[in-house]
Amino acid sequence: MIALLRSRPAACALAIGVACILLFLPLTLSRFGNYMLAMWAVMTIAAMGLNLTLGYAGQVSLAQGAFVGIGAYATAIMTVNGWPLYAPLLLTVALCFAIGWLLGYPALRVQHHYLAFVTLSFATLAYLVFRNEEWLTKGTYGIFGIPRPTLFGVSLKHHLNFYYFSLAWLVICAGLMLWLVNSPWGRAFTALRENPARAQSLGVDTRRYTLMAFAIGSTMGGVAGVLYAPLVEFIDPNPFGLPLSFSLLLMVIVGGSGYFLGPALGALIAVLLPEWLRDYTQGYYLIAYALLVMVLLIYSPSGILGWVERRTADARTRRASLARQAAVPTYDAGSAS
Amino acid sequence: MSTFSTLIVGGLATGAIYAVVAIGFALLWQASQTINFAQGEFVMLPAFFALIAMGMGAPYWLAALVTIGMSVVILGAMFKQMLVDPMIKHGVLPMAIATMALAIFMKESVKDLYSAEAYPFPSLVPDRNLAILGANISLQHIGIIVTAIGAIIGLTLLLERTSIGRQMQATAQNPTVARLLGIPVERMILLTFVINAVLVSIASLLVTPIYLAKFSSGETLGLAAFIAAIIGGFNQLRGAIIGGFLLGVVDNLAAAYISTQYRSAVPLFILIAVILFRPHGIAGRKEERTV
Repeated sequence: MIALLRSRPAACALAIGVACILLFLPLTLSRFGNYMLAMWAVMTIAAMGLNLTLGYAGQVSLAQGAFVGIGAYATAIMTVNGWPLYAPLLLTVALCFAIGWLLGYPALRVQHHYLAFVTLSFATLAYLVFRNEEWLTKGTYGIFGIPRPTLFGVSLKHHLNFYYFSLAWLVICAGLMLWLVNSPWGRAFTALRENPARAQSLGVDTRRYTLMAFAIGSTMGGVAGVLYAPLVEFIDPNPFGLPLSFSLLLMVIVGGSGYFLGPALGALIAVLLPEWLRDYTQGYYLIAYALLVMVLLIYSPSGILGWVERRTADARTRRASLARQAAVPTYDAGSAS
Repeated sequence: MSTFSTLIVGGLATGAIYAVVAIGFALLWQASQTINFAQGEFVMLPAFFALIAMGMGAPYWLAALVTIGMSVVILGAMFKQMLVDPMIKHGVLPMAIATMALAIFMKESVKDLYSAEAYPFPSLVPDRNLAILGANISLQHIGIIVTAIGAIIGLTLLLERTSIGRQMQATAQNPTVARLLGIPVERMILLTFVINAVLVSIASLLVTPIYLAKFSSGETLGLAAFIAAIIGGFNQLRGAIIGGFLLGVVDNLAAAYISTQYRSAVPLFILIAVILFRPHGIAGRKEERTV
């Protein structure tokens, strides 16, 4: 810990700063502000899952929104019928892992944009099931009164408490994710993205890792759904259509695909920026938001963190060449004497 | 039997519009590897150009011309110069996301700056029914099919028979070699975007009388054209045409005979089947796979 603090002081200061903001900023915010922050945490979890599938393993998925929907519906249906929250959580994890695994099969056959199309059809089909299977999902009528859980005797009815609950889940998921991407598995995922043929020739079971990338990424989407339902307390099919999948993809790309912190930044832009703009631009906030996203992508197609990395790499190169320039005269002087 | 033929003609009419939009989609992909997720909104917007023109007192034909002209400038040239050009070298995905943002931008702009209401829109041909061989055929549907097929034939002639068309094809197939042969590749790509703009404005003039002019009307249409292009194989114009007509007819028949609730699921099943068993589409040619 101390060693880390010594070797990368700036990064540690930033991390502590962010942690302070996440912990103490909500105390100063309104109920709605806390609600939106909790939404940010939930969407970050879903986008982190997609980042694993897309950013690390290189498999395009337009179905992440559907998994959020599956998690949310499982939670809504079960908790309304009196089950405690961990029951739908376990079910969602199992269900999304299995469905995600199956959804990975087309990825073994087709790549890139074709894969995007298959997952897109899956997302649309899932939406149709949410809307049409009224015996299960109540259709467009929606499910009301999803209870919020009580944790260690603390009710999460209050938005602030639920925000801390979501934040805790975000930290857990981020921890698992950090462990995963730094484990041999994570390296295998990256190998799969960078050069599948070479990965295979090195003995990486690309088939299994492709399916795994989908399954784990989708499971995180499902977990986000489990939190989404009690957060919003009412669900109908509309939030889980294609726009959600697009929006999650947008978060990953805009934040910086393949960067660990990319989804958190992307969710900041996709979830909180429109709400913040709403205060300044009256009705035009979505126009401003779309415009900002386009300008950002034109300016840096690799997302915010891609831009940051390029800047720091440039600065490092400049420092190195300055150092080299400074070093040359002494070398000359030394050789002359 | 008579309902069946009515359904088929209705399906062909919808399919003709899908085909026109899907062709534009396929053209953009061929020329610049752009997956335009805003294609549906590209069909929605020209109707509002026409409404504005007609609101100023222009007759239908003049409004139609103004619509096509404005589309060429805004949806063709400006779209390419301002959004596609800066992003094209950075791969397919950021570009696709940017067009998604563009779709939101266009929808919200129309909603906030014009109106969120749905507006009736005059039709090119009067909405009357003809009795042909005992079947009730809508004259409007026939008009749509004829106009769309006319546009498709015109485009095919342009691409196959003229020097410019051949240069465009060469650009789409291999930009490097095309450039070596002295073809102005940049101008050809721009021309492709202009043609797409013309196609979507024609589609807009055809479809809006049926579905009304509304800011959100591009969503379903865009997805349908997108699916049509993939089913047919979107590296071939032929594919987009076949996919468009097929989707229109299947969609209409599914709504009548299977279930209205799951009608939109049928094209998706076709889509999944096509991608799994014939990933390059029904009529498409194989692209080189990365792996």
